[in-house]
Amino acid sequence: MDWGGIDPVILVATLMASAVPILLAALGETVVERAGVLNLGVEGLMVIGALGGFVTAVHTGSPVLGFVGGAVSGALLSLIFAALTQVFLANQVATGLALTLFGLGVSSLGGQGYNGIKPPATGPLLPEALGDLPVVGPILFGHDWVVYFSILATAVTWWVLKATRAGLIIRAVGESHEAAHALGYKVNRIRLLCIAFGGAMAGMGGAYISLARVPQWVDGITAGAGWIALAIVVFASWRPWRVLLGAYLFGGISVLQLNLQVAGSGIPVEYLSMAPYLITILVLVLMSSGRGRAAVGAPAALGQNFHASR
Amino acid sequence: MKRRTLLATAALGLGLAMGGSAFAQGMEKVKACFVYVGPIGDGGWTFQHHQGALDVQKAFGDKVELQWQENVPEGADAERVLTQMALGGCNIIFTTSFGYMDATNAVAAKFPDVKFEHATGFKRDHANVSTYNARFYEGRAVQGTIAGRMTKSNKIGYIGSFPIPEVIMGINSYYLHAKKVNPDVQLSVVWAFTWFDPAKEADAAKALIDQGVDVIASHTDSTAPLAEAAKTEGKVIGFGQASDMAEYKDGPRVSSIIDNWGPYYVERVGALLDGSYAQKDTWAGIAGGEVLIGEITAAVPAEVKAEAEALRDAIAAGTYHPFTGPIKKQDGSDWLAEGATAPDGDLLGMMFYVEGVVGDIPQ
Repeated sequence: MDWGGIDPVILVATLMASAVPILLAALGETVVERAGVLNLGVEGLMVIGALGGFVTAVHTGSPVLGFVGGAVSGALLSLIFAALTQVFLANQVATGLALTLFGLGVSSLGGQGYNGIKPPATGPLLPEALGDLPVVGPILFGHDWVVYFSILATAVTWWVLKATRAGLIIRAVGESHEAAHALGYKVNRIRLLCIAFGGAMAGMGGAYISLARVPQWVDGITAGAGWIALAIVVFASWRPWRVLLGAYLFGGISVLQLNLQVAGSGIPVEYLSMAPYLITILVLVLMSSGRGRAAVGAPAALGQNFHASR
Repeated sequence: MKRRTLLATAALGLGLAMGGSAFAQGMEKVKACFVYVGPIGDGGWTFQHHQGALDVQKAFGDKVELQWQENVPEGADAERVLTQMALGGCNIIFTTSFGYMDATNAVAAKFPDVKFEHATGFKRDHANVSTYNARFYEGRAVQGTIAGRMTKSNKIGYIGSFPIPEVIMGINSYYLHAKKVNPDVQLSVVWAFTWFDPAKEADAAKALIDQGVDVIASHTDSTAPLAEAAKTEGKVIGFGQASDMAEYKDGPRVSSIIDNWGPYYVERVGALLDGSYAQKDTWAGIAGGEVLIGEITAAVPAEVKAEAEALRDAIAAGTYHPFTGPIKKQDGSDWLAEGATAPDGDLLGMMFYVEGVVGDIPQ
């Protein structure tokens, strides 16, 4: 099968892998924002996760432990954000931006001496024979475990937010923290846990870049993936399956534009590069046209700090 | 090396001729400052500039104080950083990316006593601005030869950063020399539109590999393309770019272009110390030692290695120019006549592919 010089099967298989970092980070951020917290520090969390994961994997020799290490580093860094915004009630936007700068700096410092080292490889999960099947092989069976994990994480996040008591509480806190507080829920504690979860997911996403996608450590390796993850959350109107769609769209178009260049297509690169952002703008315009903020699906208490004064 | 000795001798001669006055223009201590576009840890472009800076420290010890700043964006920020450095007592400032060109000249106008050295640019608007560059296309010729001989699929790839003459002359040189040894070769160019974005560079390499390319050259700053090639376990080879990238020697890296800035930095800071400093425009290549060809590994057959090394030596000796006619442009019009070599002006403004390269240069 061939499609203007591009094999669509390989394209789909590639985009599934290349979307993993932004998908994981965006899922985490979705939960954080559904709890009413706007954490703009995703980029910083991802880069710390990339370093933490890399260092752990190199020292333990185990890529799986590396991903755990990435998640732990992301969660730890996000606790700084949680402390500042939930305990000291600092402005969330400013704190989040500071977190990104901080994360980039700390990772650059901590990464000294790790340049040029190769981490243990994260190979395909399933036997190679399955991956060699035509069409379904590369798309369904040829991936490493993190790709499957990212899809599973989407399903679990969706299910928890939609159908469980915990999800209801998280949404309640994000929609109206006063009401949730009046019902006796510990708003700040719930938010803190959500922030830590978001940090862990972002950290794991970062670790995927340094352990599987690029397999090496260089300063600033995430190169803006965290910002794309933030955009996807809005694009997806805070719904997990749409996050998956958005991540595949962003990942797919970035892979597609490179493939189109190799195939010698006449479409200018610039149009493809801006396509995902144009679509985001379009989606936002369509969804918010005339029906207000609720229609977009933004949590009502997003970005507002809560202080239990009563 | 020779040039440096010559300069030192010249400076000494000048000093003797003019008595003490020439020495008085020299400096006791120089503060040399460096502006980097990426992190030192990129393992490529910025890493090599920093190695050059460290060579300066090694050569002059206490007489030199180093200062550097990493990750300086090309644009308004660069001007601010340069101004701060100039105010902070820097005597000579090296700006190590093409995009600093206007900022360098703008700040140089305000600080006539500070020397500015801009890498890969061509604007010298003020007496205190010098430019320096390396003839990387000479190294690309060697890589192209290896690529043409080594490819099994007859598809070779090039990851470009931005469509600027610097990159385009590399693409052309790489293609011409691959074509020379392998007439069936096809070149795919992917523009990443970034100097440094490891994930994107890896994706670009993956796109090339997915389309059957088995030799990849990159013109971006990180080692990510090699890391991607390493995943194919020997099916795809690549080259170290800017730095030797020796850590991939037992994998896909079969050779490399090494930017060797140390000798130039030592020469310029030394000239400032002994008072012989003057504005100039330097564009040295393999012959001047600014471009080194990294070790060609055992993955390359001996006869190909010998051929590549012979080409390198011919370029070093000045007997061969990578752009020697007859060469036509992509559109079929004539560029270089039989036996003619490309004038530097043509190269520095090169915004066209040579005949045989497929695709358009993004505008």
